Amino acid sequence: MKAARLYVAQRLTAALMAPLVIGHLAVMFYATSNGLSAADILGRTSGSVGWALFYGVFAVAVAVHAAIGLRAISIEWAGASEQAADGLMLISGSVLALLGLRAVAAVVFPGAL
Amino acid sequence: MATGGEIRRDTGYRRNALWWAALVHRISGLALALFLPLHFLALGLAIEGEAALETFIRWSDTPAVKVAEAGLVFLLVAHLVGGLRVMVIETFAWRPGQKALATAGLAVAAISGGLFLIRVI
Repeated sequence: MKAARLYVAQRLTAALMAPLVIGHLAVMFYATSNGLSAADILGRTSGSVGWALFYGVFAVAVAVHAAIGLRAISIEWAGASEQAADGLMLISGSVLALLGLRAVAAVVFPGAL
Repeated sequence: MATGGEIRRDTGYRRNALWWAALVHRISGLALALFLPLHFLALGLAIEGEAALETFIRWSDTPAVKVAEAGLVFLLVAHLVGGLRVMVIETFAWRPGQKALATAGLAVAAISGGLFLIRVI
C-alpha cells in the first residue's frame, strides 16, 4: 500500500537524519566561530570522502523526507488531488536530490567547472 | 461540527499545546523545504571555484541575513525535536507530561537560535 510505504520512508529518513542534523548543527556553530569563509568551508570538505558521504546521504534523505512532507501538505492544506500531490512529490524530490548532490559535489570538488 | 445544516467551527483544540506542537512541526518543515533549494544553489557556487562562493558569503554578511540564519537554526532544531517527539510517541507507550516536553522542545529550539545569533552577530 502506497500510504504505508510513504509513511515508512518518511520515518526511516527521519531516523537517519536525526544524527545528521545534530552533526550539521555542530558544524554550523563551529564554522561560524571565526566568521564564515569559503576557504574554511572548502578547506574542510575539499577532497573529503567522509564529508562527501555525510552530506551525500543527508541530501538524498532530506529530498525523500521533504518531498513526502510536501505531498501531505498539498493534500491536507491545499486540497490537491492525490495525482497532483504525487506529481509534486516526484518533482520536488528530484529537484532537491539533484541540487543537493550538486552542492555536495561542488564543495568536495570545488572549481570542477 | 454540523448540526441541522448549521456549521459551528469549534476551535477549542487550538488551546492545546500539542496542537501547536504539530503546527510548528509542519510549518518548520515547510519553511525548511522551501529554503533548501536556495541553500543548495548557494553552496553549488563552489563548483565554479572558491571565489564564487566567497563572493556570495561576503554579499550575505549582513545583520538581516544573520537574523534569518538564526531563524533557520530555530526552525531546524524545532523540526528535529518535533520529529523526535512524533517518533517517540509512535514507538513507545504514551507517558504523561507530553505538553511540558513539547514546550521544552520549543524552548530548546529558541535557545539554539538565540545562541547562534549571539555567536554570529
